[in-house]
Amino acid sequence: MSVAAPIAEPEMEKPLSPPLSSAPTNLTPDFTKLEDAPEWFQTRARAAWEEFQSLPMPGLRDEHWRYSQSKNLSLDGLHLAGETTEAEKQAAIEGSKGLSKVAARLIFLNDRLIHSQTDGLEQGVVVLPFAEALRTHGDVLQQYLMKRKADLGSEKFAALHLAHVQAGAVILAPKNAVLKAPIEIFHWVSGVNSLVFPHTLIVAGDHAQVTVLDHHASLRDEVAQSVAVADFVAGNGSHITYVNSQELADSARALHISSTTVARDARVKALQLQLGASFARSESVSDLAGEGSRSDMLGVSLPFNSQVVDMRTLQNHLAPRTYSDLLYKNALYDKTRTIFSGLINVADGAHYTDAYQKCRNLLNSADSEAVSMPGLEINADQVKCSHGATSAPISADELFYLKARGIPDQESRQLIAIGFVEDVISRLGHEELIESLDRRIEEKFARQAA
Amino acid sequence: MSLLIQDLHACIPDREILKGFSLEVKPGEVHAIMGPNGSGKSTLSKVLCGHEDYEVTSGSVTLDGEDLLAMDVDARSRAGLFLAFQYPFEIPGVSNANFIRAALQARLPKGEELDAVGYYKKLYRRMDELEMSRSFTARSVNEGFSGGEKKRNEILQLMMLEPKYSILDETDSGLDIDALKVVSQGVNAMRSPERGFLVITHYQRLLDYIKPDIVHVMVEGRLIRSGGPELALELEAKGYELTHAA
Repeated sequence: MSVAAPIAEPEMEKPLSPPLSSAPTNLTPDFTKLEDAPEWFQTRARAAWEEFQSLPMPGLRDEHWRYSQSKNLSLDGLHLAGETTEAEKQAAIEGSKGLSKVAARLIFLNDRLIHSQTDGLEQGVVVLPFAEALRTHGDVLQQYLMKRKADLGSEKFAALHLAHVQAGAVILAPKNAVLKAPIEIFHWVSGVNSLVFPHTLIVAGDHAQVTVLDHHASLRDEVAQSVAVADFVAGNGSHITYVNSQELADSARALHISSTTVARDARVKALQLQLGASFARSESVSDLAGEGSRSDMLGVSLPFNSQVVDMRTLQNHLAPRTYSDLLYKNALYDKTRTIFSGLINVADGAHYTDAYQKCRNLLNSADSEAVSMPGLEINADQVKCSHGATSAPISADELFYLKARGIPDQESRQLIAIGFVEDVISRLGHEELIESLDRRIEEKFARQAA
Repeated sequence: MSLLIQDLHACIPDREILKGFSLEVKPGEVHAIMGPNGSGKSTLSKVLCGHEDYEVTSGSVTLDGEDLLAMDVDARSRAGLFLAFQYPFEIPGVSNANFIRAALQARLPKGEELDAVGYYKKLYRRMDELEMSRSFTARSVNEGFSGGEKKRNEILQLMMLEPKYSILDETDSGLDIDALKVVSQGVNAMRSPERGFLVITHYQRLLDYIKPDIVHVMVEGRLIRSGGPELALELEAKGYELTHAA
């Protein structure tokens, strides 16, 4: 284990230029930090900042924000996450309890790398912190960095992300590389009103196989916001498995914008596990670009108290004989809300598409509310599509059966809820990953009971 | 020391189903309750377990002197009452092993952890006795189980939880003869001077394998006749119609 020096010192005291209209002053990027970065990146970052400033915050009438509102992700009062103490770094490293066997592990705190372990990587596989990848693998980044435009409502936040991104993992698996163990990334945030921009880029070459687990967590329960972007590019016949495990503090807010591009005969499974934050939004797009490609879009949330989970998805079938299967399950407690909006789009010519979409909600409280908005748009022939959404309270029969075996009410309800989401998690097909996520869910219940 | 039911009356919103039911099951005894459809046999088992669909309007039930009716469903189980369900429910996503483990864990004092190694050793031994494949540990509780597999699974839970008083609610229904033998062997293995059983059945056949000490006839919400094992044979021969005349 080695602790790397923090990258990208922030110099928030001296903004480069006077604040431009409508932009909060304290979010102005310090472009002088990019002097070492490739020219193209500097240009894109500056353009992104301009775009951020020109785009309005999504309004109440914005279709992508129906039943939700962008003020849940208000940037007012937020500032770029600052320096941290040695003690905080230690706490983050010690708190990064993950998988027992990993190919690589990176730990970030306030968008600065504080730990890097990459000795388990197969030859040729690259796992680098973003800022370093920019210097050493600029050409690859130029080709793939945020090339799939966010279009599910958070264009403005994606632009802000690109203007500031310095942290996160760039994972490049060359052709035929098969990673036996997962790559695990932790993103910690510390400090009241801190704003972080975690980034994940996975590029799998033809027939490569890679599994990546992202964690988002807070050192303390305080207001903070994570604006994360994750892009997955799956080459022909490759397999990518990805999990976003969001366990930020109850006062924090989370946005995760992801895009998946699946080439011929490739397969991507991506799971959103939403456990923390007062408001958590995910926007997930899957472009099924190559014939025979497959995308599994999975989601699990277990909101308590007044948490809101907002999920927007697009299954975008662009080539014939493509397959997508979406399964999102939410177990709601107390006065929580979930919003699911998903669209299956079968483009002109994407014949023989199989596309499935299911959102199921388990309501553990009469005060909880689950909104589901499934959608379908078909412009091809010989297509098999289905979509559906269900919401139901916990089954009285199941509850009676468990209690009749002596299991107390609360434990029984917990068992049923964990069982309810289990089939989503088990679709990852990776034993240790499944166990690790199950443990996190159980820990959430334990915290809630305490 | 007994499961003592005295003059029990219970109803669903529009109808009284138990109309003065009384019975005492002592440790070491096996009682059988037979009766026609609609006599209230299954209602009795659910009322004893505390199912919320039924309201007890009068009477009392004590388990070794403790007021059973004052306890919640889960507390009744931990106090030593077990119901082998006629129609066991499915719990998607909860593995059989985790389910039974949670039930055993619930019986331990707070802060004490169930010994996992010992637990699995015992679980496997009991599953072997019931001729259940090991795959049933990882499968979701009763999900996709055949009728016979569900009944075996009920008896597996009985064997793991070792309750003081067990009610078997039509455990024989839907079982072929081989499954019936295995299930009965499981129950018989649990018979001991410390445990009482209440076997509810529609058919005498089960009682060839689980031999009762006392047989009762239930009609319209209460017991109308009690006798030795020969009563079951008589019922089988003459049918329930005759019990009305008796």
